[in-house]
Amino acid sequence: MQSAISLSLSSPSTIARSDCTAAAAANSYICTPRSLRFCGLRREAFKSKSFNSLSVSTRLLPCSRNSSFKKVCAALQSNGAPSKGEFDYDLVIIGAGVGGHGAALHAVEKGLKTAIIEGDVVGGTCVNRGCVPSKALLAVSGRMRELQNEHHMRSFGLQVAAAGYDKQGVADHANNLASKIRSNLTNSMKALGVDILTGTGTILGPQKLKFGKGGSGDTIITAKDIIIATGSVPLVPKGIEVDGKSVITSDHALKLEFVPEWIAIVGSGYIGLEFSDVYTALGSEVTFIEALDQLMPGFDPEIGKLAQRVLINPRKIDHHTGVFASKITPAKDGNPVIIELIDAKTKEPKGTVEVNAALIATGRAPFTQGLGLENINVQTQRGFVPVDERMRVIDSTGKLVPHLYCIGDANGKMMLAHAASAQGISVVEQVSGKDHVLNHLSIPAACFTHPEISMVGLTEPQAREKAEKEGFEVSITKTSFKANTKALAENEGEGIAKLIYRADTGEILGVHIFGLHAADLIHEASNAIAMGTRIQELKFAVHAHPTLSEVLDELFKSAKVVSSSHVAQPVAV
Amino acid sequence: MASLLQSRTPGLSFSSSLSSTPVRRPSAFFLKPRSGSRIPVVRAKIREIFMPALSSTMTEGKIVSWIKSEGDVLSKGESVVVVESDKADMDVETFYDGILAAIVINEGETAPVGAAIGILAETEDEIAEAKAKATSQSSLAPAPSTPKVEEPSPAPKLDAPSPAVAAAPAPTAAPSTPGKVVATPFAKKLAKQHKVDIDKLVGTGPFGRITPEDVEKAAGITPASKSNVAAPAAPAASVAPAAVPPKAPSSFPEIPGSTVVPFTTMQTAVSKNMVESLSVPTFRVGYPIATDALDALYEKVKPKGVTMTALLAKSAAMALAQHPVVNATCKDGKSFTYNSSINIAVAVAINGGLITPVLQDADKLDLYLLSQKWKELVEKARAKQLQPNEYNSGTFTLSNLGMFGVDRFDAILPPGQGAIMAVGASKPTVLADKDGFFSVKNKMLVNVTADHRIIYGADLAAFLQTFSKIIENPKSLTM
Repeated sequence: MQSAISLSLSSPSTIARSDCTAAAAANSYICTPRSLRFCGLRREAFKSKSFNSLSVSTRLLPCSRNSSFKKVCAALQSNGAPSKGEFDYDLVIIGAGVGGHGAALHAVEKGLKTAIIEGDVVGGTCVNRGCVPSKALLAVSGRMRELQNEHHMRSFGLQVAAAGYDKQGVADHANNLASKIRSNLTNSMKALGVDILTGTGTILGPQKLKFGKGGSGDTIITAKDIIIATGSVPLVPKGIEVDGKSVITSDHALKLEFVPEWIAIVGSGYIGLEFSDVYTALGSEVTFIEALDQLMPGFDPEIGKLAQRVLINPRKIDHHTGVFASKITPAKDGNPVIIELIDAKTKEPKGTVEVNAALIATGRAPFTQGLGLENINVQTQRGFVPVDERMRVIDSTGKLVPHLYCIGDANGKMMLAHAASAQGISVVEQVSGKDHVLNHLSIPAACFTHPEISMVGLTEPQAREKAEKEGFEVSITKTSFKANTKALAENEGEGIAKLIYRADTGEILGVHIFGLHAADLIHEASNAIAMGTRIQELKFAVHAHPTLSEVLDELFKSAKVVSSSHVAQPVAV
Repeated sequence: MASLLQSRTPGLSFSSSLSSTPVRRPSAFFLKPRSGSRIPVVRAKIREIFMPALSSTMTEGKIVSWIKSEGDVLSKGESVVVVESDKADMDVETFYDGILAAIVINEGETAPVGAAIGILAETEDEIAEAKAKATSQSSLAPAPSTPKVEEPSPAPKLDAPSPAVAAAPAPTAAPSTPGKVVATPFAKKLAKQHKVDIDKLVGTGPFGRITPEDVEKAAGITPASKSNVAAPAAPAASVAPAAVPPKAPSSFPEIPGSTVVPFTTMQTAVSKNMVESLSVPTFRVGYPIATDALDALYEKVKPKGVTMTALLAKSAAMALAQHPVVNATCKDGKSFTYNSSINIAVAVAINGGLITPVLQDADKLDLYLLSQKWKELVEKARAKQLQPNEYNSGTFTLSNLGMFGVDRFDAILPPGQGAIMAVGASKPTVLADKDGFFSVKNKMLVNVTADHRIIYGADLAAFLQTFSKIIENPKSLTM
């Protein structure tokens, strides 16, 4: 992902070169000597009460920037040769989404002969039906919102006459972006010599699989290691009839075939929120239907509350919380879409809602059918492939299946495109002889509303629970965008950043940002968590003035760390 | 935050315990004696805790959490409850000592500003009685009686639309299922904001749903709604006076069955420009021009792709070159702005809109180039791909309705230009020359509207004379 997005080139030689740098950069991120201290080991560090477990980190082999760079360039000559000729490939990845792509790129860099099997289109959900096209729609909605906000414009001294939009133009923008990114992804893999095999991949046994359109035309191949990266599809709960026109999932909504006057969005997570932003900007009214007692579950409660004040209350949105949509009937014969609600706990009927359209954004279900998991005695749990912390697949007896890994949405650990890619890179590290455990707490997440929400690590309740268990004290500090020069220059002072940390060690437990460009700002915090950088060190980092990054600068500076020594003394409990 | 605010203005924050009429105060937490009838003597000792108005726009508040629980002893100045308004969460404190006898509105629930959220008893003896009040309160809670707390001013406003609502037939699409939602999210928001009882409205939207417009109508916000109320009320004389007075000038009687189509972006721009033109003092000068020579030339060059528009634009441009003041603009009412190039804007009707593609440097381009340029501009205009400088850089405008048989008309001067020429149809006309001979010649009437701050009658007359010479002797056009 990290490399693919940046390229938009046609000459293979240029692709190869830029990929080389991108891959090298990615590589240095994973294994610069400095990261040895913590990279991949935060889990253990978190689990242990003291930090003397740091010695475990010697498991990571150091690798210098130079040698890895050479390896990349060597790999560019050919897609490696299968080791010892026993197998057709060193690594076969089933699914060419962002996770599979990240793994493939890293595998080639490691000199592995790699193939990727794709039954649909390269790019998977993220590129074709997820993050990428939705960002195109959100780019439009952000501008619409700004242009329609007369007060906002006037405060800049700007005058804008009635802003309008051309639906087809908006839809085309989303579609064009997806195809551009898709071809970038394909080209980047082709340029590296990754074999792209078309068809459905099925595991036949250990280290053996077939691909093809089904039937006798299938090809059987062997691989030293196999990664399952088949991703997910929109989850549609029972009782809901999706017709693709009036009752839709994100797959349909991204095509923006129509902008309903009134749309109900079932689920108020990332997907639902982002679509509410798009639809309200384009003139729709929105009704949220959320099964939990409050909107935006999963966000830090404080951030969620503020976000609700900015993203929901002032907009043409209302909501029903604590209810399930037990039955949704698509619009037909001149009737509207009818949504029957029941209480989430008591299951009592709670009335009906009649709307022009309904978007089902209740989450995503793993896409693991037809993988042949039964051939290796693996049983999915609610469709998810069970894995350990190294993404190794666990069979129904609780034993690890050798040489089989599962990354991304299919394992359900963290259903984010970049998490899948990080997991893939982690697996490739392991199969090429280096132990690696990905620290999921260092993976940031973002919701691209206007303004954006982003987060990394624990929420406040999670941190407090952990603190109670492990006997330390949680400290919290907050800064406001209202105090930031750049945010004020943009007339976007709404927003806060919140830091959850340990005052005794200066360790960052979580950072949550709601405000202008929050999604871009979070990486300073996520990198700090990944690298194990302490707040007392971050306080000395310099930020350009005036930039939004000073919101975080201020946040770190306002944190009060009791002990300023780098190595915290083990605390007797 | 709230506590700070309140401690600074304690006098304002609650109504006197002796006050018998509930008065809404500008800020925060107020306690009011319960005007209960059971023990009138001690009524001042049981007080209701009211939902405070924490901001000027707050209409209701949500109880985030009760800091105190039932039975807790409260002392003046202590925080009792955290209330979430549309802006923020605030601690609300009490200004009375007492015991929190009962909580009427539980955590997570919402109450309108001024509604009782809890009951405060002065002594333990009164707790039981207070609890009884609380139960009666909470049984009332589903139908909050806000109107009582209202300032007097909005009340008549609310009354005005109600006759119309009452007169309307009973809801045709009576909700069959209880709890069925028939109002859109924005309609509900507006209803809350304007204190309109949404249950009493009849939806006019699709599927009988209540739309934001319905609520606005009921709240008497849009001028259209006012006339809507006034019209049916007129025969029923008794109701009429109440509804009619509101500023009538801007409202037109609504003709039943009419539809309202909002302006497109282009139409909005046209409307704005037209209204703006009213600030310029204009005058008009007409001139008859014989077109036989021009028509003959047109027949000759037509096969080469030259259009009448190009011929007229070229003629006007050549005339303007000799009369720069007609090509000038008056920007500030104090000076002439002479434009260095002659850009002829030509009005074109397109899909219900009006746009003026501009032939830039029309005096310098030859007829053929100009015709080709015009063709491109029209195509672009149809495809809505005109760049701003291709429609707003005109220094003089040409409007031709001759092809429709219009023999004369006058045009409105677009803002930012000095003059506009309206061209009528060329028609055979009987003429008598100076020797008394009759002849039939084609003649058209042109009418120029100009900004009299910079262009005077004599200027226009001279310009038109030059223009007519060019048209009557059009050879120069092809040179």
